[in-house]
Amino acid sequence: MARIIVVTSGKGGVGKTTSSAAIGTGLAQRGHSTVIIDFDVGLRNLDLIMGCERRVVYDFVNVINGEATLNQALIKDKRTEGLFILPASQTRDKDALTEEGVSKVLEELKERFDYIVCDSPAGIEKGAQMALYFADEAIVVTNPEVSSVRDSDRILGILQSKSLRAREGQEPVKEHLLVTRYNPARVSAGEMLSVADVEEILAIPLLGVIPESQDVLKASNQGEPVILNADAQAGQAYSDAVDRLLGEDRAHRFLDEQKQGFLKRLLGGGRG
Amino acid sequence: MSTPDFLLKGSTVTVVVLELHQYDSEAFPSLLSERVARAPGLFQGSPVVISLESLRAESDAVNLAGMLDHCRDQGLRPIAFRAVPEGLQDKAAQTGLAVLPPGGGRGRSIEVPAEEPAPDLEVHTEQQPVTAGRPTRTITRPVRSGQQIYAEGGDLIVLAPVSEGAEVLADGNIHIYGPLRGRALAGVHGDASARIFCQHMDAELISVAGHFLLSDALGDTVLRKPAQVALDGDVLSVSAL
Ligand SMILES: Nc1ncnc2c1ncn2[C@@H]1O[C@H](COP(=O)(O)OP(=O)(O)O)[C@@H](O)[C@H]1O
Ligand SMILES: [Mg+2]
Repeated sequence: MARIIVVTSGKGGVGKTTSSAAIGTGLAQRGHSTVIIDFDVGLRNLDLIMGCERRVVYDFVNVINGEATLNQALIKDKRTEGLFILPASQTRDKDALTEEGVSKVLEELKERFDYIVCDSPAGIEKGAQMALYFADEAIVVTNPEVSSVRDSDRILGILQSKSLRAREGQEPVKEHLLVTRYNPARVSAGEMLSVADVEEILAIPLLGVIPESQDVLKASNQGEPVILNADAQAGQAYSDAVDRLLGEDRAHRFLDEQKQGFLKRLLGGGRG
Repeated sequence: MSTPDFLLKGSTVTVVVLELHQYDSEAFPSLLSERVARAPGLFQGSPVVISLESLRAESDAVNLAGMLDHCRDQGLRPIAFRAVPEGLQDKAAQTGLAVLPPGGGRGRSIEVPAEEPAPDLEVHTEQQPVTAGRPTRTITRPVRSGQQIYAEGGDLIVLAPVSEGAEVLADGNIHIYGPLRGRALAGVHGDASARIFCQHMDAELISVAGHFLLSDALGDTVLRKPAQVALDGDVLSVSAL
């Protein structure tokens, strides 16, 4: 049975697309056929992060409107076996995604894939609600700061009241907390919330903590999901998160400040 | 024997009474919105009876239809006029609302905290004896920011956190077995004996029967501790459990 996983947050710029790309890739790496859908109509970011922007011919909206078949629109990832991307259109307006149209495409995808990862747009309005409407599970991406936690809380409320599962009184959408851009040094300095603070406020199970890292930026610029970089802490943290998503036990890493490194000495000199 | 399609029964309900002392069409909307804003949630969607018993103004000058629009704009649901003076009876009938005879004066004022007394407008509820047992509403999942839960006619039990930006309301008591970070309003239809109990008091706002306190009024003895909120005369008191 295919699982639909929405990657959502309320707030923009917290790492939804980065996480969708990493987690979708991780699921495929582990042998599960996976498609990542870009629901951010108008922005179209996922194809850039996946490095397939030059291969986009047809998109999600074309398929909904019957202007292209799913086969024509799906882009096969060149690096990871069993991974496909369904890009968003850059030009059309957000109303192009109708409930009926999305439902039809998802039904077709369910026949072919084990996992359908939906990269949500920011906000709590229509676009975000459409991305989460059909979800079985939700990965709520949160940065360790008050406004992001508050928005995550709102999106959790919407998941439990406005999703199809909620509407039909089925088993609730399974919730996962993914804390991203975590910077232990700034937590110690009291400039950011700790993982414990975020967990305590949102009260949902912790799927992973992704450290703030330059490797993520480098990866997006190169169009390679950071999970493919096994040397990067952020890549390792995403790998752990995918394992946990699949039910494995993994201890959380990279939660504490690292011992005085070169960078820390350089940056920390002026403080105090 | 055939079963009837319906029954006509008598019943008593608790309603909010808006008692008009004076009507100034210019000032009324802002006075009303100010009043409603001070007790958010309390009046939302509430059935309201507009009592003209103590109306001082020249009767003919009152634009009843306009006043109803203002009430509806503020989320109130006017259902009837009470004690309509001679000169206004036609106008009242034209609005389509029911017209009730003068009340027996059993109403009890809800004190909405005011910076200054606002004599033009008084809001109180009619206390009706509660005959049946009170239904309890039990919520097991977190109440999230932007959500509102209302236990009508009884108590509310929440076995999860109430987030900042969330609002829980009950006609009776509220019990929260998790942190209370949002707003909790007990006795929203005037039950002054209602209380709020919570495991971790970190509320943005607490209220019993229309008496409010904001978070900055919570002292160290109760902040982030198990606490209860009760009305002591006219004073809302928060004490450690
Ligand atoms: N762990 C991280 N460390 C550093 N930068 C990150 C991290 N995660 C995301 N970013 C950066 O944050 C920005 C927003 O990320 P993106 O995934 O596009 O967010 P969203 O989809 O939520 O808007 C991008 O520039 C991305 O490279
Ligand atoms: Mg994005």
